[in-house]
Amino acid sequence: MTKEKRQIFVFLIFALALLTIPFLLRESYLLNVLVFIGIHTMLAVALNLLLGYAGQISLGHAAFFGIGAYMSGILTARFALDPWLVIILAAVSAAAIAFIIGFPILKLKGHYLAMATLGFGIIFYIIFNETVGWTGGPSGLSGIPNLQIGGIIFDNDMCNYYLVWIITIAVMLLSINLSQSRIGRALRAVHDSEVAARVMGINAWVLKVQIFTISAFISAIAGSLYAHTMTFISPASFGFNFSVELVTMVVVGGLGSIYGSFLGAAILTVLPEFLRVFEDFDIIIYGLMLILITMFMPGGLISGFQLLAQKVNLKTKGK
Amino acid sequence: MDNLYQYLLSGLSNGAIYALIGFGFAIIHNATGIINFAQGEFVMLGGMLALFFLVFCGFPLSPSIILSILIATVVGIIFERLAIRPLKNAKPIRLIIITIGASIFIRGAAMLIWGKDTHALPAFSGNDPLYIAGATIMPQHLWIFAVTILVIFSSRLFFNHTIIGKAMRACAYNAQAASLVGIDVRIMVMLSFSISAAIGSLAGIIIAPLTMTSYDVGIMLGLKGFCAVIIGGMSSGLGTVMGGLLLGLLEALGAGFISAGYKDAIAFIILLLILFFRPEGLFGKKETERV
Amino acid sequence: MVLKVANITKAFGGLTALDDVSLGVDAGSITGIIGPNGAGKTTLFNIITGLYTQTSGEVYMENKKISFFAPEALAALGLVRTFQNVELFGQMTVLENVMVGSHTKSSSGFLSCAFKFPRQIKEEKLIREKSMRWLEFTDLDEHAEMRADNLPFGKSRLLEISRAMALEPRVILMDEPAAGLNSRETLQLAKLIRRIKELGITVVLVEHDMDLVMDICETIVVLNLGKKLTQGTPREIQENPAVISAYLGVS
Repeated sequence: MTKEKRQIFVFLIFALALLTIPFLLRESYLLNVLVFIGIHTMLAVALNLLLGYAGQISLGHAAFFGIGAYMSGILTARFALDPWLVIILAAVSAAAIAFIIGFPILKLKGHYLAMATLGFGIIFYIIFNETVGWTGGPSGLSGIPNLQIGGIIFDNDMCNYYLVWIITIAVMLLSINLSQSRIGRALRAVHDSEVAARVMGINAWVLKVQIFTISAFISAIAGSLYAHTMTFISPASFGFNFSVELVTMVVVGGLGSIYGSFLGAAILTVLPEFLRVFEDFDIIIYGLMLILITMFMPGGLISGFQLLAQKVNLKTKGK
Repeated sequence: MDNLYQYLLSGLSNGAIYALIGFGFAIIHNATGIINFAQGEFVMLGGMLALFFLVFCGFPLSPSIILSILIATVVGIIFERLAIRPLKNAKPIRLIIITIGASIFIRGAAMLIWGKDTHALPAFSGNDPLYIAGATIMPQHLWIFAVTILVIFSSRLFFNHTIIGKAMRACAYNAQAASLVGIDVRIMVMLSFSISAAIGSLAGIIIAPLTMTSYDVGIMLGLKGFCAVIIGGMSSGLGTVMGGLLLGLLEALGAGFISAGYKDAIAFIILLLILFFRPEGLFGKKETERV
Repeated sequence: MVLKVANITKAFGGLTALDDVSLGVDAGSITGIIGPNGAGKTTLFNIITGLYTQTSGEVYMENKKISFFAPEALAALGLVRTFQNVELFGQMTVLENVMVGSHTKSSSGFLSCAFKFPRQIKEEKLIREKSMRWLEFTDLDEHAEMRADNLPFGKSRLLEISRAMALEPRVILMDEPAAGLNSRETLQLAKLIRRIKELGITVVLVEHDMDLVMDICETIVVLNLGKKLTQGTPREIQENPAVISAYLGVS
């Protein structure tokens, strides 16, 4: 099998496995967790395009997630606009904000970029909290309608599962395609050596703004889906802590790997469920994971899987 | 009028705290080029440790403060030793992530040890307001101003007039050249982390009686300190003090006259504006270009 | 003249790194820039390629003023460079490094890359084939799938040249291409540079290896302490007493 065919094969298996899970798993609680894994995967992939590929950190990505969720929530719950239209409107708005803020913010590098995106995220968090008339403030916004197509209402876990995962799988596929194209190479080139990338004719600044914009677009879609599946949102879900959690997903799964983002999202979504017994341990474990993976496994957990796959591959070839 | 005075006073004392925290950022940044995202956690540790010794263990004030600073400093040294030193030549992005990891870890550990409750540390010299020239002032404010002035003054002495201080500045300027003349750069980096942790925890201790303390106060205080140092410019000690005071005043006036809810946003809007338009800070010097 | 530098002055604070330097490069030639350490050679390169901004003076390419152009704009005009310390994309494969060189010669945008439109697939295939040819040009084709930062140093210099060639440049500036190479590799490099010239590409190099410079360059420019000392053929330079005393440190 050629490399390309193998990749398509792996993706098909991955997508089919995800789409058949609901037939095997009838338990609502688990499906619900999987819906969250889907939303988190979408967010992690979006951040990974920026952080893992272009090498630019954002500690404010929860803001774009929040913009999507609140625009969908407010416009459908308070103004009864068409939810599908609003999802597109929200994504475009988040992308527009990212595009405008992106030009000055992505002039900054390294630690300064981290702090600026963090500040940006917190400003939006404060806006979500303080514009009580629109967002409901700290006590949240409820009564967000479920999505529906024709007669199907996405008000149960099974429907939501397919809604979220079909979009997530599409986002993953498009991101994988992008990462393997001239754009993906240009992003990784900027990551490895911005000077050399520019000498090769890549407008690093504009490229960073573009990927930041796309990343915000995807994050906002995830936010809209989150609002419609939860039907209730509050600012606590869109704060600094969640931005850091997203970075943790990307780093733990694997910087620059789309499957890694899925893995990281899955681990960080499932972990708190397991840790319920030891309630308050999750923060300290996130910290420990970030430190240990950054120090000893810069490729993330997915790099371990890839090594394993290579070994298996060699063995089967040996036979 | 009376309100204005109160706003100004609390603004200045918060600003002094921001300046101290910002100072901690600058010391590490100048020695290593790292922005330590865990800086705020040293501030939190200071407050929580002081609370622990003073209230739970019933120690007297001075030993509690000294013990708290010592422990926070040791945490700073361990952090440098275990997480920063092994990644000496790593790209900024890995260093950012690792200091974020460390900050979450310290915060999580503090939560496990001391719980999620918010506590008030008793004021050092009671809560009876003093009357000076017709105006009232809390004794804790005086403590804050005195400690800030003392720290700024003594660090100036330290960096300008002691061998170790000069060696640290030499490392900041050019680590390779410093090591050629026999300065152990690794020790200087460790020292910068310990001084920074000590100053941070001290700031956390003296502010705790006014603002309450809990396991998660480090995030906001750390960020405000960072704003202070960005406003002032990393290269300028006095600039950091000015930056902190300016930020404290603007926040207090904003909270008083505009809206308390948006108070925290002020710092970040200023932060973004400075980073966009004058990244070297209001009082810093522009760095010469290098490729 | 394909490249012209007119009265360039560059001051870093109080230090004048370049002082009123002018020079011209003939199309299709190999031009060497030499001079003792601190003469300002790399600074001049950085100004020409848009990484530094000059204090005063102009740069022209084919009579078009390119002063203060960004590196990416210069790349689009066909001006490319290599680096003294080799700036590869270390985490990418050798082949991918060269494929990045085709960036300005390809045009698929975000949408067509994400959705793999037929035109993009065709373009991608073309980029790959062309890049393989540029790897063959420097005998690196057997390392195509290797990670770039695993290449031995000598080969990484060659890769940098392959990548620059993929841009199909009109002018290529090489910053000390022979630094760190052994004598056999330097000979290969000399051959390679001649082959680049045969393709009609103008080569400008900063180099310390005098044998190489004297061997391949048609014109040599000598810088000393930020000033242009002289310009001439290798023979003229070798016989110029001012050049000799500059190198020996006699003033």
